[in-house]
Amino acid sequence: MKAPSFAYAKPGSPAEAFELARRPGAKVLAGGQSLIPALNMRLSQPELLVDISGLPFREISLEQGVLRIGALVTHSEIEKSEEIARHAPLLAEAVKHVAHPAIRNRGTVGGSIALADPAAEYPACMVALDASIAVAGASGERLVKAQYFFKGLFEVDLAPGELVAAVEVPAQLKDQRSVFLELARRHGDYAIIGLAAYKGKSTRFVFCGAGPTPVLAKHASAARDLDTAVSLLEKDLEPSADLYHSAATKLHLAKVLLKRAWTTLSTSP
Amino acid sequence: MDYALDITLTVNGTQVSRRVAPRQHLVDFLREELGLTGSHVGCEHGVCGACTLRVDGAIVRGCLMLAVQANGCRVETIEGLSDSKELAPLQKAFHERNALQCGFCTPGMLMAAQDLLRQNRKTTREEIRLHISGNYCRCTGYQAIVDAIEEVMQTEVTHGKG
Repeated sequence: MKAPSFAYAKPGSPAEAFELARRPGAKVLAGGQSLIPALNMRLSQPELLVDISGLPFREISLEQGVLRIGALVTHSEIEKSEEIARHAPLLAEAVKHVAHPAIRNRGTVGGSIALADPAAEYPACMVALDASIAVAGASGERLVKAQYFFKGLFEVDLAPGELVAAVEVPAQLKDQRSVFLELARRHGDYAIIGLAAYKGKSTRFVFCGAGPTPVLAKHASAARDLDTAVSLLEKDLEPSADLYHSAATKLHLAKVLLKRAWTTLSTSP
Repeated sequence: MDYALDITLTVNGTQVSRRVAPRQHLVDFLREELGLTGSHVGCEHGVCGACTLRVDGAIVRGCLMLAVQANGCRVETIEGLSDSKELAPLQKAFHERNALQCGFCTPGMLMAAQDLLRQNRKTTREEIRLHISGNYCRCTGYQAIVDAIEEVMQTEVTHGKG
């Protein structure tokens, strides 16, 4: 199908972008790998697309133990980045599950975070890594903990005229472990269920495709042994059925991933 | 309402300027404005891969990019890569191994396969399958396609050709 009619603007500066993005009917276009399919299927009918690809949100930098990844960094760039492989290996693992090469060449980190598709990989990773989202607007930049940024189904802590500028991920230390696992019908398809797991001073199991937002499995994360974690997972997750999988199947598959992740996290590197 | 914008881009080495509607996809622009109908339009929401193009050296979905986003870009299509003979070894291998039947997916499949070959490294069959995982073929069952790509990859990597 063809997209509906809309106006298009490509701001040259953040200030101009904030002004355009707050107009009624405006939608922000980054890589477009989720927005354009939505336009094609007429699920979205904006009056104005604000193409932010000209903005300077492309850095990957490490400063004082924090890895800052600009919103316009593409999935392919994540895949190729040595800094990310070294300091945020969870993201390097997760990106392999993000769609296919042609889509990874254009889709961006910021787009994935700002859209907050419940089946998407990065939002779950951000919560697992206790990352912060850098939100930029006319009045400056604010940092929001990932856990509070994802508020509901496709609902995030962004006001009109605000953009995701970057994500800030604590660099992974030597004694910390992480693993990303996902089940999908075809490699690169949306997750049936996925798991971003992190183990440092505390442990965090965060599922994608299991609810309206990334779901931190609090009880399972606090469990001391695998059997307890598996049995407590039912308290943490209430996945709703999708077209192909019942809620019971999803919960079963979540347990399968939890077992695999537990084994990986408890094996020394 | 007329939202039309002027764009200038390079398509297969030739600079073109046109006035386009922002809603027009890059693949539709190439097919309808420039008559380059080698890139096919299948699902129109990024699933099938039939519209695979190369933009500034990287493969993209032609149905998930607007023509206005390609302003100032270097776009290469199946026609360009075919004319330049870049695809000749793959085309020969696809032909010899019956790696196509109806041919609808073939342009996109060749673009994706060539993208892997350009990395100029030896890859496993599993990696080949991953790299073309975003391209649907409903005729061949993929085996012959993987065979053809593997054959070219082995010849090129062995002979050190880039």
